[in-house]
Amino acid sequence: MRRVTLPEIGTFEAWRDQARALLAAGIRPEDLLWQRGEGDADLFAAPLPPLTGGDITVPRGFVDLARQVVWHSDPERFARLYALLWALKSDRKLLEDRGDARVARLNRLAKEVGRDRHKMTAFVRFREIGDPGANRRRFAAWFEPSHYILEPTAPFFVKRFGDMDWSIFTPDLSAHFLGGDLSLAPPAPRPDLPDDAAEDLWRTYFRNIFNPARVKLKAMQAEMPKKYWRNMPETALIPEMVASAHARAREMAEAAPSLAPKRAEAITERLRSDQAMARPDDTGQSLKTQLAACRRCPLWENASQAVPGEGPADAALMIVGEQPGDHEDLTGRPFVGPAGQLFDRVAERAGLTRSSAYVTNAVKHFKFQPRGKRRIHQAPNRGEVSHCRWWLDMERETVRPKLILAMGATALESLTGNRRDLLKRRGGIETLADGTPIFVTVHPSYLLRLPDAERTMAEAQFESDLREAMAYLDSL
Amino acid sequence: MAKLTLDRKLAILSDAAKYDASCASSGGQKRDSRDGKGLGSTTGSGICHAYAPDGRCISLLKILMTNFCIYDCAYCINRVSSNVERARFSPEEVVTLTTEFYRRNYIEGLFLSSGIIRSPDDTMGDMVRIARMLRLDHHFRGYIHLKTIPDANPALIEEAGLYADRLSINVELPTDNAVKSYAPEKDPDQIRRAMADVRLARESRKERSFTGKRPPRFAPAGQSTQMIVGADGANDATILKTSTRLYSSYKLKRVYYSAFSPIPDSSAALPLIKPPLVREHRLYQADWLMRFYGFDADEIASATRDGNLDLEVDPKLAWALSNRHLFPLDVNRAERENLLRVPGLGTKTVARILTTRRHRSLRYDDLRRMGANLKQAKPFITLLDWRPRALSDIADLRARFAPPPEQMQLI
Repeated sequence: MRRVTLPEIGTFEAWRDQARALLAAGIRPEDLLWQRGEGDADLFAAPLPPLTGGDITVPRGFVDLARQVVWHSDPERFARLYALLWALKSDRKLLEDRGDARVARLNRLAKEVGRDRHKMTAFVRFREIGDPGANRRRFAAWFEPSHYILEPTAPFFVKRFGDMDWSIFTPDLSAHFLGGDLSLAPPAPRPDLPDDAAEDLWRTYFRNIFNPARVKLKAMQAEMPKKYWRNMPETALIPEMVASAHARAREMAEAAPSLAPKRAEAITERLRSDQAMARPDDTGQSLKTQLAACRRCPLWENASQAVPGEGPADAALMIVGEQPGDHEDLTGRPFVGPAGQLFDRVAERAGLTRSSAYVTNAVKHFKFQPRGKRRIHQAPNRGEVSHCRWWLDMERETVRPKLILAMGATALESLTGNRRDLLKRRGGIETLADGTPIFVTVHPSYLLRLPDAERTMAEAQFESDLREAMAYLDSL
Repeated sequence: MAKLTLDRKLAILSDAAKYDASCASSGGQKRDSRDGKGLGSTTGSGICHAYAPDGRCISLLKILMTNFCIYDCAYCINRVSSNVERARFSPEEVVTLTTEFYRRNYIEGLFLSSGIIRSPDDTMGDMVRIARMLRLDHHFRGYIHLKTIPDANPALIEEAGLYADRLSINVELPTDNAVKSYAPEKDPDQIRRAMADVRLARESRKERSFTGKRPPRFAPAGQSTQMIVGADGANDATILKTSTRLYSSYKLKRVYYSAFSPIPDSSAALPLIKPPLVREHRLYQADWLMRFYGFDADEIASATRDGNLDLEVDPKLAWALSNRHLFPLDVNRAERENLLRVPGLGTKTVARILTTRRHRSLRYDDLRRMGANLKQAKPFITLLDWRPRALSDIADLRARFAPPPEQMQLI
């Protein structure tokens, strides 16, 4: 038997150095006794001869595991870690075996340390011990963790409270952050910290943020175990809060609805008239307002907003696409997403100025299938297209374009009632019942879906469609 | 009116804020004050500094700037027609409370909300001023969550996003009709547009400019929303459908479900009920199934009765019980997405199963050590040394999980 004594400060580094050397020297786990601090020496254990060196490699994850486990209060922790390290020599994959009892045990210890550290960051309560007007204010706290976690947890407080001095005392060690430097010191007796007026305000907050109509004591205690309560100023209130909760909730339920204060009616009336005034009623706007309220088909339910057409009310060219996409739905403007950007690029090359045209869609609400954090485009069905034709007809009546550019099968269906044979009809000119000519082409999103090899050609063809449409428009 | 003390104001304005369920301080960029020039840090994972007896975490100082309000939402304690005592913090008071609480390690930061006073722009403007004072004058690097007022000027929301880690806009109720009847001054279309604007602002800040510089991040911890459950007649299937839409459309970090809770001085328009806490809990479980377990709202709804989740067993178990033809599943062979559907196996357990399975086949005790809830999982799995046999065929498997019927008590 050999005894390995690890210091109370810097325990992890010391354990790592020792473990390395011992492993290199081939010393078996069962021949070692580990202890933290001098403590009671084991009479039968021989002290360890000095050991040096030993570069060993360990599987990823072992160091992280050890970094947590060394702070546990289980007296066997160092030995368990070394035993696992020993076993890893012959089985490099052991750490990945989450069903192995040794690995499971160490992971449990690591988890307990992690939880205690987390709770320390949550439940330490500082009291001010210096002059509140000082340039660098001074605070102190007494905390009783379940494990030896002050050293690994102190850096959290260093990062958080960089502009003040603080001390945290625990039954084990104490940490002091003075003028920007952290130091750890041996145990000190529990200090007598002065009262802090902020604690009264904090208790006021704690009492009032509690909703007496929903008491869930188990949920509270699962996350805030009683062992931490004695050093938290707010927890003394809990018994009274719980005891009175039921009566308070019943009182609320039994109290009859009260009469509104006098001023309420006047405020509501003024607000409603202001809101009514704010609603515009010129024609262009009111089409927009009416469209926003459209409930002709169920597509509005999932969409953010209806997307009306955009462009001069006397445009000679009207461009009709399919429906708004993800981006259009968010911005409320047509053709601003990827397909719209592609259209803009090609149109510019073809000499078509988008701002001079009226750009709209056959269907005004975005139809999609939610998939996690994404929305998958879905083509509108015949019913939806036909319900929405009402709006497209309104827009056509208002703008009275000389030519309509129908992009894609949905636009074609909405305008002509027939969506078949798009690729045969593209490049052609058809005439609507009221005599307006329409030029047929594909939808730019079709180009986006093509593989790169085919896309260049398809884009060129789309560009030539646009040129042709423009030439036709000029000839009118 | 006598001048209220800070303590009294804090009592009124925290009491008024407690119906907002969110208290999260997670997500967003990591910051600290190691340089000694500021106060605070955010670690990315959030810390709950205390728990109230209602089981809710207290992470942030959650207060209203004022509980004066010109709106008349029937479910809300602060509605104009309520007789609750009113108060208003000055911006300096909010800043002092936040930093002094923070220095004593009571909180992670501030969650500031407000009643609507004068106009949405005035109210939002004051809230932004408080956030600006904290960030610029006091170099506060803790967490800030601002409740956004949907009708406020987009420029104000833009500025809010520069100081706040998280923005939230409450959809309030699961359907537009419910909003119209119980919150007549609120416009569901406007709420959707405001959430869309936040998503767009966040996305536009993620792109580098032509010089390769990144613009300052906008609300790095994202946006969230809250729905009140049980005030209107919407069933759980409707609520989950609404959540699915919100997650996919606005990339929300969280949808909070808040059981409709009695308020002092209730409105005649909305009778009080006992808060449906179990229902709220089941909705959160279903929400988790949708976000982390690959379930979609329709699948969860298919295992409900009249669209409402089973209150006695959790939604995953309910789904498995109504899809028993898919089980038992061989844990040593099943795909990840199927393992995730086994009651009693969580995402972490499934990850452990997958790594361990690469080296050897699993037994019953392995699963126990990996943290599986075998009481639930048992009838649905097979392992090297475990077959459910008769268990998977018994007619009333549900009865083994549902709590026994309670005997009526005599008064």
